[in-house]
Amino acid sequence: MAEQSSPEKIPVTVLTGYLGAGKTTLLNRILSEPHGKKYAVIVNEFGEIGIDNDLVVGADEEVFEMNNGCICCTVRGDLVRILDGLMRRKGKFDAIIVETTGLADPAPVAQTFFIDENIGRKTKLDAVVTVADAKWLNERLKDAPEAKNQIAFADVILINKTDLVSPDELSDVEARIRGINPYAKLHKTQRAEVPLDAVLGRNAFDLDRILDLEPDFLGGDDHDHHHDHDHDHGHNHEHDHAHAHVHGGLKHYHDEEMQSIALHTDKPLDPDKFFPWVQDLVQKEGPNILRCKGILAFKDDDQRFVFQGVHMILDGDHQRPWKADEKRDSRIVFIGRNLPGKMITEGFESCIAK
Amino acid sequence: MTAASGSDTVSVVERTRPIAAGGVIVGAHFLSRTAAFVLGEDAIVLAPPDGEPRRIAAHDGAILATAADGARIVSGGDDGKLVATDANCETRVVASDPKHRWIDHVALGPDGAVAWSAGKTAYVQAQESNSQSNKQSNREPRALEAPSSVGGLAFFPKGFRLAIAHYNGATLWFPNAAGAAPEKLEWKGSHLGATVSPDGRFLVTTMQEPMLHGWRLVDRQHMRMSGYAARVMSLSWSVGGHWLATAGASQLVLWPFQTKDGPMGKTARLLTPSGHRIDVVACHPRTDVVAAGYDNGLVLLVRIEDGAEILAKKPGEAPVTALAWSSDGRLLAWGTESGEAGIINLG
Repeated sequence: MAEQSSPEKIPVTVLTGYLGAGKTTLLNRILSEPHGKKYAVIVNEFGEIGIDNDLVVGADEEVFEMNNGCICCTVRGDLVRILDGLMRRKGKFDAIIVETTGLADPAPVAQTFFIDENIGRKTKLDAVVTVADAKWLNERLKDAPEAKNQIAFADVILINKTDLVSPDELSDVEARIRGINPYAKLHKTQRAEVPLDAVLGRNAFDLDRILDLEPDFLGGDDHDHHHDHDHDHGHNHEHDHAHAHVHGGLKHYHDEEMQSIALHTDKPLDPDKFFPWVQDLVQKEGPNILRCKGILAFKDDDQRFVFQGVHMILDGDHQRPWKADEKRDSRIVFIGRNLPGKMITEGFESCIAK
Repeated sequence: MTAASGSDTVSVVERTRPIAAGGVIVGAHFLSRTAAFVLGEDAIVLAPPDGEPRRIAAHDGAILATAADGARIVSGGDDGKLVATDANCETRVVASDPKHRWIDHVALGPDGAVAWSAGKTAYVQAQESNSQSNKQSNREPRALEAPSSVGGLAFFPKGFRLAIAHYNGATLWFPNAAGAAPEKLEWKGSHLGATVSPDGRFLVTTMQEPMLHGWRLVDRQHMRMSGYAARVMSLSWSVGGHWLATAGASQLVLWPFQTKDGPMGKTARLLTPSGHRIDVVACHPRTDVVAAGYDNGLVLLVRIEDGAEILAKKPGEAPVTALAWSSDGRLLAWGTESGEAGIINLG
């Protein structure tokens, strides 16, 4: 609801990316642009960033499990402590940037904002921005699960160092990223040169802004195709390598491990079936579901319902009345590892109101 | 709506002396009859009973934690300093972290001992004394590395013993027992605050989850105290340690500690149900009354016996962030997140 997106909440941007991809370059760029804003920056290593006006805090990346028996329910304990402290200086900065180490999993950072109500009252997660190295990402996707997590989790991805690869290699790495996460906003950069509004002020976790459940194909600049067909990527492959097919000019990779599943129906859902189903799904598959988002149309309900989730944590609300000329259909996206696509699709279809 | 907004509620609001604190208030204490309002950054405002408030520059940056024993306030800051402030408006740097790490937990113990932490390191220092017999070595801080960042510190009421809350449990440390390994208390999860019962029999920690955890120290029995809406940020022992009053719910939650079993197998007493959440609690030092500060700015005085309420501050724009009683229980100081503050003289 409107009052929940309080303008006083301080936005927090999370910068991730594998070692050497260019996170610090991006951070320095953000801090040195003449934007007139002050940032509190939470970093793991001091010394590489040049800062005049901004507050810099060192973090320890302590990932703490919650005492609820769920191994994927984690928070960044150091972040809880640091944000509590920073909130005492509210007014001294406009936004917070959290730079994670190259090996970090973004999920505990994001979950901190959902799990800790005291932090959620005063700050809001703006977006997870992942910097990927155009030359080395493909290698890292093979040998570093962290790199794949960071791509899968991202709201915004910078394919950086594009000057070090050929157009073919660039198109290949882009297709690899799309095979894992078709929904993130993609930017191709050199030295992390990107307009600041592409990485800051994204409101990617704002329930009111869950608009874009359509895959992002670089603004549809070089081709134009629709994904109205069912997106069931959960089929079982007997071989364990990625495969590609050419589709509308852009190569498509289906990552064997990490996929997205898009569900769609134009028939109204039964809330008494849907909520138990989705709760049960995230209870069972939570460790494998990195993120999910949805816009839902329920039977006999004139309000649009929106939700999002990170692993087992779901957050949802009625958003606004459906507009008269708006198509009342429901869309859900899951991004995760080895998701049982057929089971999820069938489960979703069983939630359609009779 | 709370019962307090009814017109028949007794009120002491008119006995309030407003104080212009000039900043976000994060804590309150009394040094004798001088009220002290801790600001979110830089300063502590001291308001003597018959004089203008004075702003005391204590830190260069955020004030992250404070504790007081009636004679002095010790405060830890993001400037890496531990500072003592007394009622004469004098400040003194007790310790500086060599790496300028945040000092984000502090505690005061019996006989003037002080403890603080920066990251994973907890420090204690025995009383600084003018006595010649006091060995120099006793005044050097001793350090202990916790298994994770320190979540909270609490001295035992007697003896030179410190409880340190951290991830997956707590550590009990006798700093003077050279060579003795600190005692470990285990419980999964992140423990963020600690308090020891006035009789020294129980350690209670606040957790990342909206719950408390307790240990009966004699046999290490566990106590799980749950049912909160939010992380519990404020705890207070009633006079004699009979009750542990807690914030974090839309009711005043009081855990019974009158018997040697503490709250084991007992339910909490729940008072003043309302639609708003209690963020701060402070027990009266002489009688079984709790001051409760709400997230809508309301302050109520609640009698534990029957839940009778007295209105101490009407709801306002900002959450209550600080409550403190003078040691005689005649003065109550309150402060809010937007910097409003007051001292209520109950006579």
